[in-house]
Amino acid sequence: MYLAKIYVTYKPSILDPQGEVIKSALHRMDYAGVQTVTQGKYFEVKLQATDVDSATAETQSFTESLLINQNTETYRFDLSLVADEVDV
Amino acid sequence: MTKVSKEMSPEQVRDSKIYLDWSLTQEEYELIVATLDRLPNFTETGIFSGMWSEHVSYKKSKPILKKFWSQNERVLQGPGEGAGILDIGDGQAVVFKAESHNHPSFVEPYEGAATGIGGILRDIFSMGAQPIAALDSLRFGELNNPRTRHLVDGIIAGIAGYGNAIGIPTVGGEIAFDDVYAGNPLVNVMAVGLMEKTAMQVGQAKGVGNSVIYVGAKTGRDGINGASFASAEFSSTHESDRSAVQVGDPFLEKLVMDTTLQAVREYADIIVGIQDMGAAGLLSSSSEMASKAGQGMTLNLDLVPQRETNMTPYELMLSESQERMLFVVKRGEEQAIIDLFETNDLDAVIIGEVTDNEQFILEFDGEIVADVPIDFLTHAPKQDLPMAVPARIKELSSKQYLPDMSDLKKTVLSLIAQPTIASKAALFRHFDSMVRADTVIKPGGDAALIRVRGTQKALAMTTDVNARYLYLDPLKGAQMAVAEAARNIVATGALPIGITDGLNFGSPDNPEVYYELDQAVSGINIMAKQLNTPIISGNVSLYNETDGRAIYPTPMIGMVGLLEDVTKATTIDFKNAGDVIYLIGETEASFNGSEIQKMQTGSIGGQLFDIDPTAELKSQRLVLEGIDQKLFASVHDLSEGGLIVSLLESSFAGNLSFQVTTNWLSHYLFSETPSRFLVSVPADKMSYFEELGGQYVTKLGLVTSDDDWQITTATETLAGSRAETKKIYQESISWQLKA
Amino acid sequence: MRAAVISFPGSNCDFDMLYALQDFGVDAQIISAKTNDLTNFDAIFLPGGFSYGDYLRTGAIARFSPIMSAVTQAANEGKIIVGICNGFQILTEAGLLPGQLLMNKNPGFICDEVLLTIANPDTAYTNTYNANEKILIPIAHGEGNYYADEATLDQLENNHQVVFRYADNPNGSARDIAGIMNEQGNVFGMMPHPERAVDPITGNIDGQGFFKSILSAILTKVTA
Repeated sequence: MYLAKIYVTYKPSILDPQGEVIKSALHRMDYAGVQTVTQGKYFEVKLQATDVDSATAETQSFTESLLINQNTETYRFDLSLVADEVDV
Repeated sequence: MTKVSKEMSPEQVRDSKIYLDWSLTQEEYELIVATLDRLPNFTETGIFSGMWSEHVSYKKSKPILKKFWSQNERVLQGPGEGAGILDIGDGQAVVFKAESHNHPSFVEPYEGAATGIGGILRDIFSMGAQPIAALDSLRFGELNNPRTRHLVDGIIAGIAGYGNAIGIPTVGGEIAFDDVYAGNPLVNVMAVGLMEKTAMQVGQAKGVGNSVIYVGAKTGRDGINGASFASAEFSSTHESDRSAVQVGDPFLEKLVMDTTLQAVREYADIIVGIQDMGAAGLLSSSSEMASKAGQGMTLNLDLVPQRETNMTPYELMLSESQERMLFVVKRGEEQAIIDLFETNDLDAVIIGEVTDNEQFILEFDGEIVADVPIDFLTHAPKQDLPMAVPARIKELSSKQYLPDMSDLKKTVLSLIAQPTIASKAALFRHFDSMVRADTVIKPGGDAALIRVRGTQKALAMTTDVNARYLYLDPLKGAQMAVAEAARNIVATGALPIGITDGLNFGSPDNPEVYYELDQAVSGINIMAKQLNTPIISGNVSLYNETDGRAIYPTPMIGMVGLLEDVTKATTIDFKNAGDVIYLIGETEASFNGSEIQKMQTGSIGGQLFDIDPTAELKSQRLVLEGIDQKLFASVHDLSEGGLIVSLLESSFAGNLSFQVTTNWLSHYLFSETPSRFLVSVPADKMSYFEELGGQYVTKLGLVTSDDDWQITTATETLAGSRAETKKIYQESISWQLKA
Repeated sequence: MRAAVISFPGSNCDFDMLYALQDFGVDAQIISAKTNDLTNFDAIFLPGGFSYGDYLRTGAIARFSPIMSAVTQAANEGKIIVGICNGFQILTEAGLLPGQLLMNKNPGFICDEVLLTIANPDTAYTNTYNANEKILIPIAHGEGNYYADEATLDQLENNHQVVFRYADNPNGSARDIAGIMNEQGNVFGMMPHPERAVDPITGNIDGQGFFKSILSAILTKVTA
């Protein structure tokens, strides 16, 4: 079984208001060195697939069709092989 | 092999005294041992601690709460069920209740406030009523405290996040600030529902052999010991209680709500009882339903839908996972209910049955893990606690504070910027107040008004209490809270019909606090009887203290009123230049506990001024009579800050100014004498109104279209730009939140 | 005229829309998003709310509901499709309208009444209003900040697809856009809630023209 860790963020040109609010809060808390904050989404998806290539293809497919809106969001992901879950 | 074997044995429970950590007293434990005639096991000890916590059993407050007056010709259901119910004619009834989520909101503001909304809505729809509105009564520390700003942001967002999503409008409430709430913010939520009288449901498990059906979200470990958590005091150095906060899912709750109401409509003949799982979760909902019906109950905990693995019976029973309900359904008819919930993607599982042995029996993993008498479990030994008049009250001076009038203009401008006076629109703006499209009067008026679709009727609703008054005099202050809530209702044209309360106090183990609670309840009763507004439901939140410092006694009064003809709804805003402004009621030197005393001296003190229940009723009747005869263009009650604040608020809301002349000394503009209203009357109805009001009304002046407002007192003339004054009033809270 | 109001799990303005339509004499009914047939309806309304909790993104899960294939088919047949608030968000996620609704520029839900300008009075949604007329309509959203890339925005302007604009932009929407339609003009979405501004008892009737416009457009089409 594969574990896909998918990171979704806004494209660079899109305003991220939550990131901005967090940044100003950090500045108020005297973390003066903080330059930028981007808030994104993180997904962990476990999937059965025959090999890395098909796991990659499937992850790309469902991420682009549901997890992100391609108007404004972009993503990257890591895939790793994990042990199948055993029913206890 | 059994999972239970990892738990302590009955002997280990006894020897380790773990029950003390769960808030059972030594005496209570010994009573359990004596009554069972054996040592309770781990699970049994746990369920007694949950059921006997103050939050669930009200064992400490009950001797006082019993005194509440809760019966009149409208009452269909008084205290003791999920919510109280009043008859509003035409076969319809209004259902309402308040609940507090103070401790969870302090620990995790967003989820604490959100789940407060979720819980109170379940109380309403478990009675078979469609929730139509929610209100919030919030108390925070002063806004210059950064922790307060964090709490305000989180609590407001939590209420918005849950209430907006589920689609029940948040239409009113009030927010006040005082340093005594810095470590114990108050989040009281009130919900109002509407039902056909025939749809009324109660939380009872009648009928031996009937099935107990679990509905809604799966059970996890969230909120375990929430009930005993809510019954313990905070210490500012001890923050390890954080695991007690539950997470809400408004989407799931909407499905549960809609499906429950559909079940009540379509299967009323097979549903025996409905109860939501609130404090002490499955434990209190199941045992109380059986106890109220005089029955026993057996549950098989293996059947409870679970979100986490390896949960113990103790955890399954005490979990406060949200969005769960318990139904009791006639034996053999269960499938219809199960199918209905499954159609809407919700779990509905038979987990037990009603029995005739009056025992509460829990089975788990092939064993009986609890077997206790149900009446004993659901009736904690009551405690009569000592009372003492607080030392501070005995020492109060009988002299009224005399406000400093050296700079009247500056005083007025500072007053309207005070967080307690200034507009809360910047906060209320985050709540959807209009969803369901029935909101006639939105937040910002004296009370909210919701039209009853398909009729000429409307329901007015409000929450109110000025805890400073109660701090100086809990008996009179509580009367004033009821009176003021009623004035809010009356100002819309509606007749006050009933009360729900949220009694927020410090530790009842302190005789002075217990005295405050007793006096507050007596005060509520006095005015409730005078106004014919029975107390039909409520909530108690005790132990609101941090490091030994209690909050002000804060009995939030939630009130509902009935307006028979919605076209007569009246609002606070001045409507037309040339209308004549009158004051209804008499004004005295009432300054102890007032906003101006607090602003000018930084504290409150002295004996509280009086309230006259007869005068209160007289004012309210005059306003209702005038509204019924369509004499008023606007009506606004007088409260914190006195006449000057009401004048300015009516002016700001209507974008019109005023020209007022009085023979008062200037400081009377700030007096908080109760039982008063500000009204504006079209010129052609002036003489009729003066005849009706007689000596009891005072002509003040005119509504004008000028840019400036103006007041002349016995000693000086004060004027101000409406635009500039309004800006201060509207933006003060935002400025202070950002500072 | 027969109208369907789609009820998604989590919709909460479905009945408000139903009552508003019925106030104008429309034969309207609630249709579950779990069904997939809209052939009997002349107009389809996707109401406000929080479909599927608005989890993941507003409208993202609702767009995969069974009903959406029927909505797409109805759109292709030229039927009137209206999305209000969450309905607008669903229509953009489904690709029936361009762009996307992002979180408000100042994060947080806003409930208010705001002035809208009629940007195009010659549409099925505005034909009873005058050009540049200002109307007061309630808003209630946390994610109403309309976004599309510059080319798309230019295209919307050139084709007169912008139907309503905010007079005083409350949420950061690109070019003050409050409501748009597709090129054919039969699919429309807006964040504000005209269905909350039709009954005099609630104090605002500026939304009546919206419903009258749709009725008149459909009547014209049916009799033409």
